[in-house]
Amino acid sequence: MGLIARPDSTSAPTHAGPGGPTKVVSYQPQSSEGWVATKLDFLVNWGRANSLWPMPFGTACCAIEFMATAASKFDLARFGMERMSFSPRQADVLICAGRVPFKLAPIIRRIWQQMPQPKWCISMGACASSGGMFDNYAVVQGIDTIIPVDVYVPGCPPRPEGLIYGIRMLQEKVMRERLSDTTRLRREMDPDPSSRLFIPPPAIDELSEPFGNSVNQTRSAL
Amino acid sequence: MSTRLDTASETPTRIVYPGSADPSAPAPATPTRVPHRGGPENPSAAAIRTQFPDAVRRVDVVWAETTVVVPADRVLEIVRWLHDEPLHLYTYLSDVTAVEFRDPEEPLTVVWHLRSLAYRRFLRIKSELPPGAPLEVDSVWPVFKGADWLERECYDMFGIRFRGHPDLRRILMWEQYLEGFPLRKDFPLRGRFSRAEQLRQALAANPEARYSMEELSIADAFEDLPPAMRARLQGGEPTGE
Amino acid sequence: MTGTRTIDVALSTSGLDAQGRPQRVPLAVDSAGNPVSVAPPPAMEPDYQGEHMLINIGPQHPATHGVLRLVLELDGETVVRCIPHIGYLHCGFEKIGEYRQYNQIIPWTDREDYLNSIGNNVAFALSAERLFGIDITPRCTVLRVIAAELSRIISHLVWLGTTCIDIGAFTPFLWAFQERENVYRLLENWVGARLTTSATRVGGMAADIPTGWVDQLRGFLTEFPRTIDEIDRMLTRNAIWVGRTVGLGAMSAEDAENYGLSGPMLRASGVAYDVRKDFPYLDYETYDFEVPVGTRGDVYDRFLVRMEEFRQSVRILEQAIDRLPDGPVNIDDPRVILPPKSKAMNEMESMIHHFKQVMEGPRPPIGEAYVAVESPKGEKGYYMVSDGTAKPVRWRIRPPSFVNLSAIPKLVEGHLLSDVIAINASIDIVMGEIDR
Repeated sequence: MGLIARPDSTSAPTHAGPGGPTKVVSYQPQSSEGWVATKLDFLVNWGRANSLWPMPFGTACCAIEFMATAASKFDLARFGMERMSFSPRQADVLICAGRVPFKLAPIIRRIWQQMPQPKWCISMGACASSGGMFDNYAVVQGIDTIIPVDVYVPGCPPRPEGLIYGIRMLQEKVMRERLSDTTRLRREMDPDPSSRLFIPPPAIDELSEPFGNSVNQTRSAL
Repeated sequence: MSTRLDTASETPTRIVYPGSADPSAPAPATPTRVPHRGGPENPSAAAIRTQFPDAVRRVDVVWAETTVVVPADRVLEIVRWLHDEPLHLYTYLSDVTAVEFRDPEEPLTVVWHLRSLAYRRFLRIKSELPPGAPLEVDSVWPVFKGADWLERECYDMFGIRFRGHPDLRRILMWEQYLEGFPLRKDFPLRGRFSRAEQLRQALAANPEARYSMEELSIADAFEDLPPAMRARLQGGEPTGE
Repeated sequence: MTGTRTIDVALSTSGLDAQGRPQRVPLAVDSAGNPVSVAPPPAMEPDYQGEHMLINIGPQHPATHGVLRLVLELDGETVVRCIPHIGYLHCGFEKIGEYRQYNQIIPWTDREDYLNSIGNNVAFALSAERLFGIDITPRCTVLRVIAAELSRIISHLVWLGTTCIDIGAFTPFLWAFQERENVYRLLENWVGARLTTSATRVGGMAADIPTGWVDQLRGFLTEFPRTIDEIDRMLTRNAIWVGRTVGLGAMSAEDAENYGLSGPMLRASGVAYDVRKDFPYLDYETYDFEVPVGTRGDVYDRFLVRMEEFRQSVRILEQAIDRLPDGPVNIDDPRVILPPKSKAMNEMESMIHHFKQVMEGPRPPIGEAYVAVESPKGEKGYYMVSDGTAKPVRWRIRPPSFVNLSAIPKLVEGHLLSDVIAINASIDIVMGEIDR
């Protein structure tokens, strides 16, 4: 029994899902994981959480509130985040502050791919989380269609207190990580057609056709 | 190669004061009780009528703003005359835009907003492109350099071609944008394609294809580039001037 | 896998080609892993014969003030050509304006030039009221002047802070944002929001100022000039600041007018055009203020013009407070503006008006209107065309930063790379307004 816990294929419980039985990976610490691993986890996570270097991908109004959060009154430096890294290669967390139009979509994807692991993403504001009030031809309806998001901070723009709450949530998420968790290392791959989660593109197109539940919002004239 | 000290002017610039051409004109005031129609007409409209009698289709005064409607092929000469003529001196181009009405019978109207700073006047020139006609109009770039980007945006949003524009290409959408011209009335608000397809096309637009540092910055390795890329680079992308 | 551009592709090869030179990572690969040529777009980069370098600034960059992309051709460190690319924040504002009632468009005006939110609200309300043919109440007029000048102050504070960071001075950024917090407190007490205020309505304001607000504003106006004096002392005669800004990006008056520049960009070049003085609105001709005009048109003059505009805005605000009249804020026309809740809940007629306004929205007569205001960036105007329905046929935003930025190829030619950043900062752009 080593220090790294692996889900045991024979004894792990299964859950009957739509695509067949799936293995349930338990995150309870197994008996093999000793005191050293737990303390190491805590130390690493404490270091990471309290020195998250943000990469402010600020586009619009939320970027101004982000700057206000970083300024004197709501100070981000007390969370270890005053070192804004505008180079993604030196950043830990990508804070997408503002609306992301389709022209900017490949840019933010490239920036995300350039960030080294471990990396997290905070989607700040309504526009980054879901497209916000811009339900039109030009805006990506949520950056989670392009990059994986860890924390969503709602608001238009979110108050600095709200952003700080979101950062604290991210810090707690970071504290809960475990080195033995192999799924944490994200693999930046295109969708795998053999995966059970894969939906073929024609089906996606059908699901995401421009259909509005609010007819009033898409009705011109009277 | 000029250094920055050369580009600064040595002598102080003469200051231009708006309204200096007509010192006896009343001081400008906030308009109140503006009439819907029948307000005072801009004297430049009558002057255009005198100078180009066959070019003026009609003159409207709506909410005290004078609009002169002219044919699409006469716009450049009228704008140039308004710019040069000492009695009018419309030396400031405020805006170039277009309006498409909901009624498909109505023509697509291209609108120019001109200001005369010397006389403190505002004039709107319109040109109507009837439905079915090719969407082409003269560019006023030879007269106003500021029309460059404004006309590019008009082309991007409406598909109107400006004859004589130095570099007419899309400015707000990416250049390989396939969905069409967004501000047309037949273009739906959410676009023509599904959200997934829009995202796929956006991600495939490949903004770095022409500008990536790893290909272009090392100039003496230009010959090592793939021939297709080399062919693409051998062209000219003119600047905003 | 099709189109994979991750590091996997590079590591799967030896990294060297047949000649032993470092192998390029192909831009696009097909399913077999072979490089695929991308279809040539219409505009192409010129052929570099090995002398000049192509530098790409942005669109993600701390110093571009938003998602602006500048492609520079450099000869050593001197800029030979600059090709700006915009559109990375294009969000379809004008399209959406055709699908919203006039009062529903007001939140969009906040987000478009987000540094001048409440100023944009005022500009839009003026334009819509011209389209409706409405004259607002005297109290509303003065409140809108207060809103517009506060907006000018906070916009210039962001310009100041970010320009200082770009040129290298970090502390004024913190001072400027602390002053912004003071104004945020004022705006929050008035309309409830810090940044995206949506403070005006067609025919009036969303809310009247609360009691004691005028005293808070007076307090702000007492201590704000001290901050401006401190920043002035620190920068205006500072050898580093002067050395980095004087003589950069100069533009003559004729060129500036021909390019359609407006605001401090135009005034620094020597053209004294200010919409408040030349095409007044909101009774600006009755206020006693001056318009600072520069002579050389370089970055330093733009800095001086904006610093002086702070002081003039304070002057206007003091006069506005003194003359604030009592009376209703909104006009008394139930077809245009919502009736007060007390009436709407108790009187049948008011309830019907409220219902019709919320469901259908106020409808202006057929026509068009363009009202320009002096926003901190320049001449800002909303051109609206109405066909008699509740939603405009065309909502056009005349973006001052868009037209100002189009001059940047001419401004940066012949300058050094670090000067490009300073010149870009001096234009005071907001990408939300440029791209809309």
